[in-house]
Amino acid sequence: MSSGAPASASARKTTYREAVRAALREALRGDDRVFLMGEDVGRYGGSYACSLGLLEEFGPERVRDTPLSESAFVGAGIGAAMAGMRPIVEIMTVNFSLLALDQILNNAATLRHMSGGQVGVPLVIRMATGAGRQVAAQHSHSLENFYAHIPGLKVLAPATIEDARGMLATALEEPDPVILFEHAMLYPTEGELAADAGAVPIDRAAIRRPGKDATVIAYGGTVAKALAAAQTLAERGVDTEVIDLRTLRPLDDDTIVASVTKTRRAVVVDEGWKTGSLAAEVCARLVEKAFYELDAPIARVCTAEVPIPYAKHLEDAALPQPGRIVEAVLGTMGGHG
Amino acid sequence: MNDVASGPEPSPDFLALDRSEALALLRGMVRIRRFEEKCAQQYGAGKIRGFLHLYIGEEAVAAGVMPLLDADDAIVSTYREHGHALLRGVPAGAIMAEMFGKVEGCSRGRGGSMHLFDLARRFYGGNAIVAGGIPIALGLALADRMQGRKRVTACLFGDGAVAEGEFHESMNLAALWKLPVLFLCENNQYAMGTAIERYESEKNIAIKARSYRMESERADGMDVLAVRAATRRGVEFVRSGAGPWFIELVTYRFRAHSAYDPELYRSKDEVKEWRKRDPIALFEALASERGLVGPGDVAAIEKEADAEADAAVAFAEAGALEPVEDLTRDVYASGGAR
Repeated sequence: MSSGAPASASARKTTYREAVRAALREALRGDDRVFLMGEDVGRYGGSYACSLGLLEEFGPERVRDTPLSESAFVGAGIGAAMAGMRPIVEIMTVNFSLLALDQILNNAATLRHMSGGQVGVPLVIRMATGAGRQVAAQHSHSLENFYAHIPGLKVLAPATIEDARGMLATALEEPDPVILFEHAMLYPTEGELAADAGAVPIDRAAIRRPGKDATVIAYGGTVAKALAAAQTLAERGVDTEVIDLRTLRPLDDDTIVASVTKTRRAVVVDEGWKTGSLAAEVCARLVEKAFYELDAPIARVCTAEVPIPYAKHLEDAALPQPGRIVEAVLGTMGGHG
Repeated sequence: MNDVASGPEPSPDFLALDRSEALALLRGMVRIRRFEEKCAQQYGAGKIRGFLHLYIGEEAVAAGVMPLLDADDAIVSTYREHGHALLRGVPAGAIMAEMFGKVEGCSRGRGGSMHLFDLARRFYGGNAIVAGGIPIALGLALADRMQGRKRVTACLFGDGAVAEGEFHESMNLAALWKLPVLFLCENNQYAMGTAIERYESEKNIAIKARSYRMESERADGMDVLAVRAATRRGVEFVRSGAGPWFIELVTYRFRAHSAYDPELYRSKDEVKEWRKRDPIALFEALASERGLVGPGDVAAIEKEADAEADAAVAFAEAGALEPVEDLTRDVYASGGAR
């Protein structure tokens, strides 16, 4: 996919994975308090190779392989953050993060409030999310909405190479726990990245493609699909605006509402299951804040209500795809376009 | 000394005890007892709500452990933590005000009885998820090690925690990484209302720590001197940087699990038997016999403790309720939830 960055003389080709690695390297170089901890982050180089070479550069104290003990190492990250470190904890996939949900919800997200403001947990947790690699129902889910539900957390979904490169540094500046979701299908994607790319703001959604006829709201792995759909729609004369939410908690209502106020039509794309999804939350906010701006009911394109199946044709059918997004947008146009 | 199979051992510390130490140990236990009796009374009066887990019967643990920790050591505790907090130096008034839900409480009234926090004293909370505090203790200790500080993190939990996966994950990681944690298992022999023989295949908890290649011992948690002696060994070992140390303290809760507990799961006779080993009476008798404390001392300590508990109630009564407009403060450093 296109990274969205203007190609310039100083830009160079890279991948999302390399951008994540560059961000990790910069964080480890720039601050002695930062360390990386998780399953296979060291000798193996990261289950998605994001930390390849970092053990050699920073040593085993700062690039720590852990046992398969999600609860213990996430909790250890919380404690270390409370005591002045800036840990980056990697969880292999969002499905495995459920084994650490006690620590994330009952401790990381809660301690500041429960202690009357005394305890801060400046912890960054990175994890892979999403389907598309035929790894079936225990490695493929999108549970971002679980985490976006929780007060006390900030939740980010870098969908572009710039954001993969830049969100980590900003997250590490946060005084509160931040969860970073990296869609597994994005790691090998290539794009241009400015040579001086660095920290990016994490408080606003981004308009990845401006348009005037309809708004498609997506995040993480579905942004590229939304952009592909917009391309098809453009060929049919429908000028589609694509918004990348970027930050899933707190949601940037202003950008969404402004876009829908302009286009008067909205389709929300979400790789989570439709019931109780982030897409549902976005719809609810549009209904609350932009009801009278809408010319058509809001549509959603979400994952089918099924554990992600192994077989390729079934997995593809379960997930939001550009074709379904095109149909949904056309549906909001009343069949025109 | 680390023979986990031998069970409770005598107190070699006793002969070295002087009068001021004896008075301090006794005072520690009596302060907890009287404070908690006051809590129970205030619960009955409707001033304290929610869950109230009393420590009465287990005072020897807090009294034996807390004085051996340095000011910059850390403590991670459980939901039965009033005694730990009090002997760590959290003011009784701030604890009582917390239970009254007042803004002067040590957690601004956001935590209540189960969530006492005082960062100035490195008291990292009552944690009410059984075993949920253990991984946090690992992290505090890891930070100390990575930053080159010779501090101890004391991690208290009950026997019930031993059945949780987080306990086993944490034992393994602490031993593997040789983290400076002093694990203190307060084995009061019940996970809420389930007796240990009904939920553990191996009732000797210290031996489980051994299986993770962690130094461990088992001590009589009703004997404050035994607690103190074991803690002294543990603190010294942990502070030396040699790794974690595990102490199982066998104790007993005299009161119900919480204010809601009708105690259907144990007999009155069992409680009566254990009350014969009341840690305060036990130590008072020993110290009197040795001529270290007299009846006047005991009366004076009790009077002081009562006065402290009364003053705590007065402080809590006089406290303010936080304005409802502040409901969502302290969710993020920047303020409320969005």
